[in-house]
Amino acid sequence: MRYLPALTVLAIAGLLTWFVISTSGPETKFPIKLGLDLAGGTELIYKADTSNIVSDKQGALNSLRDVIENRVNLFGVAEPRVELEQSSAVAGEVEDRLLLELPGVTDTQAAIAAIGETPVLEFKLASFGAAPVTTGTTTSINLEQVYTDTGLTGRYLKSSELQFGPASAGGVANQPIIVLNFNEEGAALFEKITTENVGKPLAILLDGEVISSPTIQEPITGGVATITGQFTPTEARDLVRNLNFGALPVPIELAGSNTVGPTLGIDAYEAGLLATVIGFALVALFMVLWYRLPGLVAVIALVIYMLITIALIKVVPITLTASGIAALILSIGMAVDANVLIFERMKEELRLGKAPRDAVHIGFGRAWPAIRDGHLTMLISSGILFWMGTSIVQGFALVFGLGVIASLITAVMITRVFLVAILPEEASPLWRTLLGTGFGHKPKNT
Amino acid sequence: MFVVRHRTFFFWVTGLLLVASVAALILIPPRLSIEFTGGTLVEVAYTGERPPHEELVARVDALDLGEPSVRETGSQGVTVRSHTLSPEEHTALLGALSNGGADPLTELRFNSIGPSLGRELTTKALYAIGAVFLAIMLYIAFAFRKVSRPVPAWGYGVTSVAMLAIDIIVPAGFFAVYAYFTGAQVDTLFVIALLALMGYCINDVIVIFDRVREHLKANEERNIKESFEETVGKSITETLGRSINTSLTVALALLAIILVGSESTRVFALVMLVGVIVGTLSSIVRSAPLLIPIAAWAQKREAAKKQ
Repeated sequence: MRYLPALTVLAIAGLLTWFVISTSGPETKFPIKLGLDLAGGTELIYKADTSNIVSDKQGALNSLRDVIENRVNLFGVAEPRVELEQSSAVAGEVEDRLLLELPGVTDTQAAIAAIGETPVLEFKLASFGAAPVTTGTTTSINLEQVYTDTGLTGRYLKSSELQFGPASAGGVANQPIIVLNFNEEGAALFEKITTENVGKPLAILLDGEVISSPTIQEPITGGVATITGQFTPTEARDLVRNLNFGALPVPIELAGSNTVGPTLGIDAYEAGLLATVIGFALVALFMVLWYRLPGLVAVIALVIYMLITIALIKVVPITLTASGIAALILSIGMAVDANVLIFERMKEELRLGKAPRDAVHIGFGRAWPAIRDGHLTMLISSGILFWMGTSIVQGFALVFGLGVIASLITAVMITRVFLVAILPEEASPLWRTLLGTGFGHKPKNT
Repeated sequence: MFVVRHRTFFFWVTGLLLVASVAALILIPPRLSIEFTGGTLVEVAYTGERPPHEELVARVDALDLGEPSVRETGSQGVTVRSHTLSPEEHTALLGALSNGGADPLTELRFNSIGPSLGRELTTKALYAIGAVFLAIMLYIAFAFRKVSRPVPAWGYGVTSVAMLAIDIIVPAGFFAVYAYFTGAQVDTLFVIALLALMGYCINDVIVIFDRVREHLKANEERNIKESFEETVGKSITETLGRSINTSLTVALALLAIILVGSESTRVFALVMLVGVIVGTLSSIVRSAPLLIPIAAWAQKREAAKKQ
């Protein structure tokens, strides 16, 4: 039954159409994800300075990502993307980067301010150039202080909380106290530092500024430290929030940013859609006019090709960018290539007097090696493009690569199946006209 | 076959095209965009009347932003390129463009790239082009490994790569001339266009080589004696229809992007269009004729070995 495969393909095409249409509404599980250049938004690229991290760099970077993610969520962005990235091996210098995508955010500076402010919490031992001088009731500290790194930083902080001290604690009643809870590693480090430096001041620095410099009274075990500086309750509350959400384990520096306003994005998207429709129409028109009946079959295959590509973009999902749309249009032009190859071969067989259906089989067989080699080299270049990185290039490479695969499937499986189903065993003059090529009324090659 | 008979002529025509393109690239090299050099691009659109060019340049120059370039885009837009701006400089620039709010505007795009990101992209782009060259050469040599007479398999690989070099140098030369008049810059999409062209143009070459491969095999099986030149000429004639028609459909698709597509992809499509046309022509008139000298050389060597 030679119609069976063709009917199966039609049924699958019907299912695909149903899927694409039913998921095109606003409330769907499979929307087409638009890239920042089409939807509008901000992309920020930070360079993470990991030069001071001796051990467990990855752990520090992971917690950096978590902290930034918290801040982004506080900022209120829908579907943000926060990713760690390392500069490519070919770049010479290895850099750790943090990539942020904030759809819908178009105020670059507000975003940078809210996310990029980098409170870095450090604990340093303060030693003085000279001994403290006591005059009367006040003790003046020599201003030339030397701070030595203890290795204890915000990356060992598990959480912090705000408490108010009782009157009996030695301070003023209701004085704000900031309680720092270290993680296991931090607790061990803290214990070691406090054991070795009893009697010395331990400065707590936020962004390089000393916010408190309590003197170590005794070794502290258990990983809990308290800061009782001269805070107003509001200051203390802000600090706790910043410590919880913002004490960055690794200092970061803005290396690049890209903001696209919403109007520019919508314009680019609509222009891209229009170009897709027009590109498709032009290619389809040419195919039908030149290749006639097989051309029409190729156009049907092209429609199914588009359905497959769109469904894949939705399901995978692939973020569509302006360059991705260009890749889609380009691949429409290229997807017919396999068909053209097959039709030209088929034509040659018909000219040799073969029956139409045999011509289809032989034509496909003859065209296959060239189709295979051509598609594989295109896949190679899209793979290399993908490796090149950056969202523009990857947006192109993914859609292009996908298009190449979909083209291979449609040309080989769909066009052939349809042609075998339609074509008769023997060719009448009418069939010869339908299978001929050229714009004229009479077939050119009979 | 016409092309084979007149191959010296076509050698010179494409050779001349190549020389002209290389000359254009050397004499009027297109500027690299900030994606490669690092820097900041700010695009704004005035809601009211756009101030005249001289005034905008004067306002921006007053800020000392390191040789900024000011260009009008569309009827309402202005694009400023400068060194990487700090947030303060960014605010100052927007203030200057709007003259402190007197000329109302909206910021359409703000793109800032640090120097290290730019350097990395440049290196990656060069590596990518090299990698595509190498991968395609190896793949072709592999795909044609069984056809070793009279052209050795690597001969197909080398020829394809020579073709690819032409296929990207000529569009690049065209772009240099285009950029000279329009001020366009080499950006990521330009590099994508070159890489996609390499992936596409190799198709034309493959289709012709595939025919040559098929004919050689058939000749051997049926014991037909045919000169290699004849085989090549026949293969080119037979694939002519396909080569032209495929390029036409791709060109139609690209035309759609050029006519109605988004601004950012227009230059990409233009470069690709030139590449597709040049690529098709060069594969028809050059790829197979390039094989003939290699065949002659290989046969001479084989003959020398036998003695």
